[in-house]
Formats: sequence, structure tokens, C-alpha cells
Amino acid sequence: MLEKLMNMDRRLIFILVAVVVIIPTLIPIRLPTRVSEPAQKLYDYIEELPPGETIMLAFDYGPSSLAEPEPMAKAVLRHCFNKGVNVIGVTLYANMPTLAHGLMQKIAAENDAIYGEDYIFLGYRPGALQVILGMGNNIASVFETDYSGTAIHEIPMMKNIKNYDQIALLLDLAAGSSTEAWIVYANTRYGLKIAAGVTGVIIAQMYPFLQTGQLVGLMPGYLGATEYEKLLNAPGDGTVGLNTASFVHVLLIGLVLLGNIAFFIHRRREE
Amino acid sequence: MKRQGPLALCFLFGIALIFTQFSPHSVSQKLYEEVIDWGLIITPFALVLAVVTLIETHITRVRRRTEHWQYSLVVFVGMAVMVLIGIPFGPQNSIVEWLYNNVQVPMDATMFSLLAFFIASAAYRAFRARTFEATLLLVTAMIVMIGNVPVGDLAWNTVLSWIPLEDGASKARQWILDIPNLASRRGIILGVSLGVISQSIRIILGIERSYLGGGD
Repeated sequence: MLEKLMNMDRRLIFILVAVVVIIPTLIPIRLPTRVSEPAQKLYDYIEELPPGETIMLAFDYGPSSLAEPEPMAKAVLRHCFNKGVNVIGVTLYANMPTLAHGLMQKIAAENDAIYGEDYIFLGYRPGALQVILGMGNNIASVFETDYSGTAIHEIPMMKNIKNYDQIALLLDLAAGSSTEAWIVYANTRYGLKIAAGVTGVIIAQMYPFLQTGQLVGLMPGYLGATEYEKLLNAPGDGTVGLNTASFVHVLLIGLVLLGNIAFFIHRRREE
Repeated sequence: MKRQGPLALCFLFGIALIFTQFSPHSVSQKLYEEVIDWGLIITPFALVLAVVTLIETHITRVRRRTEHWQYSLVVFVGMAVMVLIGIPFGPQNSIVEWLYNNVQVPMDATMFSLLAFFIASAAYRAFRARTFEATLLLVTAMIVMIGNVPVGDLAWNTVLSWIPLEDGASKARQWILDIPNLASRRGIILGVSLGVISQSIRIILGIERSYLGGGD
């Protein structure tokens, strides 16, 4: 029995994970959440921006990791469009433009935002550091056209925007090390204010930058997306995802505890 | 000369760009902007190099009939389809978008989603409190995991309601992230940064030459 428990068939674990993912996704259970300080700071910063100000949204994740950053992107875009804050979309990931462009179009349509006046999507250019540094001098020197091929100087929203001096905030939605690059090259060199929304696995890396104030705010994984949705009073994909993640976490903790109990009993018997 | 040229260029541009960081003079800033523009032009060539390397690698696999060489043919088919449609019609072409949304996105998401299943299985087998360090790691991971989801606080406030501390799970997680995590991360960042500075100086001065290839 103990041997069986210690060497549990992994297919059983796979089935348990599948059940724990599928049920909360199909039957939404609303768990209580409280808003953390970093997410509140980001919300407050955008909330206090006057209409007509511009923020830059960097979609620095790929299709493989979109489950966590995408709800954050949706929540922030809704907030900006409702506030009249303009959004410039950009990505440092080659496989992201189609998804990011589609997402911006979808949220804009839901909020009656107009392309070229309320938001634009610049797309992707190779060379992350050169792109970050180049936009600090002149955005048009890096992106002569937007993603659709319209010349930057012909876009009404970009008439008075030359570089980071006219950008109130860069929000990096990241699944890798891009936030650190934005901090080192755009914040330190050009003084651009940076905030981040990151996947669960890189939350811990962000805390030194939060403490120094190099990050204005932070959305940590599903939790951050849920907190932002709570602040907007509009539960969405983040809330559903967090509830599912909750049950998976409980299952994982239960499995680890079970494995350790079996391990200790086995070790005691051997002694 | 094959090695002296790159070494001289590296020294020249390294010193010049360090200088531009400390000098606000217009000539210095113009030089900085110019070099950034050059960088933007040069960087896409890395993509060409990557494509050439990928093709060479897979041609070799097909030619030598190594294990699973058939998958290399799939690489060529995928690449040819995307290039033949993508280059003339652009990334917003409906066929390119369809292929991206219905082939690449689901496959990428599926590959990453499978991790959840393997992590659960691996955690069950490998996450054992065998030593003091392993126990410390295990306990810390459990606290951060349970504090990261609302069910942690829900359980704390329900089961441990006799403890005069509300939302204890998320507060414990926050303490770990704010104090031990921050201290260790900062130490790592400082160490890495000092390493980067010293390595950069070695490269600029031509002491470190491994980036040139050839083994020294």
C-alpha cells in the first residue's frame, strides 16, 4: 500500500489535475480576494492620468504564456479606454503581433475606442535593446509605420508624440526578462515610468524594483489580473483563471504533503 | 588582421558609447543616436543568420537520416508555407492570420499547458523533505503557493479563525517576497551587475576574446 502510494501512477495525477482544472472553469466559484498594494498603485496611477495622456503597453509574452498576461491586458485596456487615456501597443516578441493587435481591436470595439485616435499598435521590430533605446530618441526612427503600414506621422494620436517624454507610463506585460530590460534601458536612461504585469513564475524577480520605486506598480500573475478586475468592478478572465489556479494549487499542496507523509512512514519503517 | 579588426572596432565603440553616457554634449548625443540607428539596421541580420543555421541543421538531419529526421521535413514545409504566403502578402493576410491563430497559438498553448501535468507529477515524486535545506524550500514554496491564491486566506480565516491575524496566508507570502526574497534577489542582481561590468571591460580592452571564436 505504502509502496503504491509512493509510486502513484502518474496517469492518476494527470486525471486529478484535469478534473481540478475543468470543474472550476466550467462552474465558476467566486472566491474572496483583497487588492495588494502594488496592483492598487498601478490602478491609482492610471486612474489619476488626465484624459488625452498616453501610455505604452508592451505585449512581451507569447501564445504559450498568454493565459496570465492577457486578462491583465484586457483589464488595463478597458480602464484606459473608459478614462480616455490613449494606448500605444508594442511588442518585443516576434510571435506576438497578431494576437496583440487582435486583442487591442477587440477591447477597443467593446469600448468604442477609435484606431489612430485612442490607440495604435506599432507591432514588432527585431532587437529588443535597440528598440527600447531607439524609441527613447524617436519612436518614428524605430517604427516608421504602425502594424498596418500607416506612416506614424499620419496618425492623429501620434502628432504630439516623439519619444518617451510624451509617454506617461510603460506597462510591460511579460513572461520573460523583458521588464528588467525596460527598467535598465528606458527607466534609467530616459526616466520613463515603468509598471509590470508578469506571469507567476517571475513575480519574485520584480520585488527589488518595486522596493526602489523603479516599478510604479505590479500585477502578479492571475492574482494581479483578478485584483485589477476587482478594482474595475468587472470580473473577467483573470477571476476565472485565479479560481482554477486556486484549486490546482490546493491539489499540488495536497499531493506534496501526501508524498511526504508516505516518505516519512517508509523511512521510519526502514530504520 | 582577421582578429585585430573586430578587436579594434569593439574597443573604439565600447569606449565611445561609455563616453556618451557621461557627456550631454550634442556631438556625443548625436553619436549615441547614430549608433542606436546602426544597431537597429544590423540586428535583423541576426534573423537571417538564425534562418540559415536552422536550414543547415535540418538539411544535415535529413541527409544523415538521423533519428526522427522526418520532423525536419515538417520544419521545411511549415517554413515554406509561412514564407511563401507571409512575405508577399504581409502578416495581416487572412491565410497567415488563420494559420497563426489555428496552428501556432493552439500548439504553443498546448505545449505550455502540458507543463502543469508534468509539474504536478514531478512535485509529488521529487518534492521531499529529505534534508534541512529541502524542508526549508518545501515549507517556503507551500506558503508562497497557498498565499498566492484566495483559497489560502479563505482557509486561514475559516480554519484558523482563533488566531488574531486576518489573511495570514497572503501576509506570510508577502513577508517572504518582501524580506528574504528581496534581499537574496538584490544580492544576485548586484553580483551579476558587477560581473557584467568586469566582463564588459575585459571585452572592450580585448582581454576576453572568446566571442571572436577560435577558442582563446
